[in-house]
Amino acid sequence: MIRYLTRRVAQSLITVLLVTLVIFLIVRLIGDPTHLMLPPEATEADRELLRHQMGLDRPVAVQYGTYLWHLLQGQLGMSYRFSRPALDVVLGALGPTLLLTTSALGLGILVGVPLGAIAAVRRGGAVDQCAKFFAVLGQAAPPFLFSLLFIRLFSIQLSWFPTNGYGTFSHLVLPAVALGWYSAAGIMRLTRSSMSEVLDTEYIKFARIKGVPEHTIIFRHALRNALLPMITFTALQFGILMGGAVSVEFIFSWPGIGRLILDSISNLDYTVVQAAVTVGALIFTLLNLAVDVLYAYVDPRIRYA
Amino acid sequence: MHEATPLDLRQRPAEASVPVPDLRARRQFFRDAQLWVSLALAIALVVVALAPQWFSPYDPNAISLSDILKPPSSAHWFGTDQLGRDLLSRVIWGSQISLYVAFCAVLLAGVFGSLFGIAAGYLGGWVDAVAMRLADIQLALPAVILALVLVGAIGFSVFNLVIVLSLANWARFARVTRSEALSLRSRDFVLLAKLAGASRIRVIFAHIVPNVVNTFIVLATLDIGTIIILEATLSFLGLGVQPPTPSWGAMIADGRGYLETAWWICGIPGMVLMVAVLLANQLGDALRDRLSPTMSRGW
Repeated sequence: MIRYLTRRVAQSLITVLLVTLVIFLIVRLIGDPTHLMLPPEATEADRELLRHQMGLDRPVAVQYGTYLWHLLQGQLGMSYRFSRPALDVVLGALGPTLLLTTSALGLGILVGVPLGAIAAVRRGGAVDQCAKFFAVLGQAAPPFLFSLLFIRLFSIQLSWFPTNGYGTFSHLVLPAVALGWYSAAGIMRLTRSSMSEVLDTEYIKFARIKGVPEHTIIFRHALRNALLPMITFTALQFGILMGGAVSVEFIFSWPGIGRLILDSISNLDYTVVQAAVTVGALIFTLLNLAVDVLYAYVDPRIRYA
Repeated sequence: MHEATPLDLRQRPAEASVPVPDLRARRQFFRDAQLWVSLALAIALVVVALAPQWFSPYDPNAISLSDILKPPSSAHWFGTDQLGRDLLSRVIWGSQISLYVAFCAVLLAGVFGSLFGIAAGYLGGWVDAVAMRLADIQLALPAVILALVLVGAIGFSVFNLVIVLSLANWARFARVTRSEALSLRSRDFVLLAKLAGASRIRVIFAHIVPNVVNTFIVLATLDIGTIIILEATLSFLGLGVQPPTPSWGAMIADGRGYLETAWWICGIPGMVLMVAVLLANQLGDALRDRLSPTMSRGW
């Protein structure tokens, strides 16, 4: 277990380091921020001075070294647009994004696991057919399409929920459902296939022969084992949800990371882009690490492999 | 007094032993039907995308101020948008750009990702370590965010879009083909080929690659849907295909302001997008059941 743990932690550290390098290089390609920071009447000499002050005239390797050193100290530079530390801006947007993605994920699990399990137990039944329809549809439509459909239906037609904004529960409903639909479809498919697999195993057959009541078989023996692969899948879903959140946040004017990245790219506010993507990658890598460790803890076959 | 009648086996009606329907044969038939129907529809879609000028009734960019925001009618089957442009024509021309980008991006990501994965799995050692750490970089960021930042960095053009989409989506190919190559490495026919003196390159291209092709086809087909969605998302956000070139994502973005008065501007391209992704997914699932049963996930 210790060996497995050290290997995974080392891998994650390398990943994070490489990601910071890649993001650093990409962001350098976006453009020269001094064009935006200075008034149009500024001379070339003013610009050079500013570039010098910001360290933009030094070699890229030196710039990256400085960036890493500051990163370790928790300094991610200043946002040109907000005149505030970029990390503060990003952390301010993190809360709304986490609220949106965890609500969507919770919804996905709440809908996906029971429906997938019932579909597997009653293969070919009515619930199975409905669940299949729901899943196939859910995986074919991007969240931004559902967002627009929901706005048209529930905001404009029925006036049940506001079209955009942030703050109250009714603001959360439409974006969370639009985002959660997609992951519910994936979770449903996985629960169904993993549950079907478990239900066909010898130990379930043996439990049946022994006369264990059906509900005990399904809940105690089958579902618990079927949900194991869900641990890893849920972490992957979280990443997909963070991606899907970009368009959903854009549509619903949700003040999260996705919209922040989008706005910062169009305003060339590259310290914020860099900070946001770094924080996102850090969270996602840590989450994957945590999930792998949890999985190895739950399933001994992994750590000895 | 009512007595519970015990089940009398001798009086069991003869109908109880009707032959059980052959579920397996029926399922097989439906799987075949799924494959052929989705294949036929997908080919139809590709034909439309290849020759939009044959199918499009109007010029997709012709602005007609007298036809602004017309609902679907016999003259304009899918209605018109806020500039009076015919939506059917725009959807048809949009299929060209959306499918073109998706095909190129999947092919690029698939070929390079798979070669990476095969090299990593077969050669092992530092090649494996480097390839998998590179894959980790891509997997550490959601594809949409990676693609957004990359497009922001290298600018808009169809060519750049293809590059960005494949950079944001190659790791899955590498991961899966790596594990296949890893298990093929110790199979007898590979060992025998090595024993016979075949070079590494020869073993990879003559013995490993042909055995990974099925997996590649399945992954690539399933990936088309993902990439169509990713491209549409970027175009919807204004960072993909640029106007006035019609693309499904950008058309949906156009209609966002007219949700109340003209639902069809969003709705029609949205439905077409869904149908295209649905077809790719169904075709992928059907191919997976046939070519790579071990990857099958039911349904």
